[in-house]
Amino acid sequence: MGPEALAQVLRPLRELFSAARYPDLLVGLGVSDDAAVYRISDDSAVILTLDFFTPVVDDPYDFGAIAAANAMSDVYAMGGEVALALNICAFPADLPVDVVSEIVRGGAEKVLEAGAAVAGGHTIEDREPKYGLAVMGLVDPQRVLTKGGARPGDVLVLTKPLGVGIVTTALKGEVARAEHVAAAVASMQRLNRTAARLICAAGVHACTDVTGFSLLGHANEMAERSGARFIFRTGQLPFVEGARQYADQWLFPAGTCNNQRAYEAVVRFAPSIGEELQQLLFTPETSGGLLAAVAPGKLAPLLEACRASDQPCWVVGEVAAGAGIAVEP
Amino acid sequence: MHRTVDARGLACPQPVILTRRALAWGDAVTAIVDNETARHNVTRMAERAGFAVASERLEDGIYLRIARPSDATPVIEAVPEAVPAGAPVDGPVVLLVAGDTLGRGDAELAQVLVRAFFHTLCEVAPRPDAIIFINNGVKLAVEGSPALADLQALAAAGVEVLACGTCLSYYELTERLAVGEVSNMYTIAETLLQAGKVVSL
Repeated sequence: MGPEALAQVLRPLRELFSAARYPDLLVGLGVSDDAAVYRISDDSAVILTLDFFTPVVDDPYDFGAIAAANAMSDVYAMGGEVALALNICAFPADLPVDVVSEIVRGGAEKVLEAGAAVAGGHTIEDREPKYGLAVMGLVDPQRVLTKGGARPGDVLVLTKPLGVGIVTTALKGEVARAEHVAAAVASMQRLNRTAARLICAAGVHACTDVTGFSLLGHANEMAERSGARFIFRTGQLPFVEGARQYADQWLFPAGTCNNQRAYEAVVRFAPSIGEELQQLLFTPETSGGLLAAVAPGKLAPLLEACRASDQPCWVVGEVAAGAGIAVEP
Repeated sequence: MHRTVDARGLACPQPVILTRRALAWGDAVTAIVDNETARHNVTRMAERAGFAVASERLEDGIYLRIARPSDATPVIEAVPEAVPAGAPVDGPVVLLVAGDTLGRGDAELAQVLVRAFFHTLCEVAPRPDAIIFINNGVKLAVEGSPALADLQALAAAGVEVLACGTCLSYYELTERLAVGEVSNMYTIAETLLQAGKVVSL
């Protein structure tokens, strides 16, 4: 479902659960963000989120690990730590048990790596396999990282390369090269935990994770919530190997078109930005990195801390006064 | 050479991939799609590759007629014999294999190549309708052949595999034939003469 249709579906729910009636619901439907945040005491809030999807790669273990990393990413994007997770499974009746075991093991080991536990789950029968997690995290209510808060002058940083979405699309079309898939899988499996910890410690103004609505879609949500304009520099944007090549072959998934339709009105591309690159920036990502707005004075310590922790972090643009997104060379 | 790609019911990027493959074979392709996203993506891909696209919305789908603009050099038309294997022809496509290696040169390389060729044959479309093994070629169709698994896959996919009976007897391999059937020169000659195209390896 495209972002516009989704917004239309959710609008009535927003009225039903008005913020005024739920004072402890710090982040809910009223302000679209990465996950729901509910205050349970002055110094503790629960983060709730869930995500599941159909296989993006062939290997069942990798698929499980990617789905889990992706589901937990929303907790990290809110500045929290994962506490518990529940499996969400839909499998065909004839899917071999060892394949199911591998998917669930991939997810479980990723949850273990996050320092959390899988505490249960639910399985139904379905024609196409689906797997993901419902995730509970915890965060200090004073330190919740939201999409709002970016200020003009802030620097935009990104913690994973872009383009895994078009690589997995090429894989589905059986035209992807094995080494490109391997690099994309490694990127998708990487937890955003270290990135979130370093970003929180650096004291950033706003943060989100880059997933299905593409870099530009998620950036637009941040820009909108912050009342600012985001400027990206394409020369600084990192891409996984193969992504540019598959974009040149125009192997975009249907989601690219949906995102483009939803966001093109707010995005201004410099004339020199080729159409393939424009499309690539509208292409859905899976288990993408964190996009954060950081004050210029705090950038150097953040980059240094990332280097020390072996955590990639790219400066990809800046925040300006105004609205919308600009993409420049 | 004109080809039609029916991409109705397929999600992106499949329509783009199928159309790209068809365009690699010829200069004119009609791609039929059934949604706006596929129409946009196929059109832009073709235009970026230097083709002209005319779109027509019919009751049963969106027809995208893709062709090289008239001022461009019609590469395929100018050298019709250069049409790559796989271009559509009237009548069956027959692959004639007279040796157990591919090409002239280093023997080890020639073995690698023949194996790679049959492996690739499993993955490309369209496949030949029949493969005929004669003389040393029959050694590819017997137990222990490096190409055996791929040949069996092709046979399972409906490709007719014929091995020259005289040749199998001569090399004392008749008992070891592991794919296809023993054939005689009458059938082999007839198959070759009735073919739309014979590709000789």
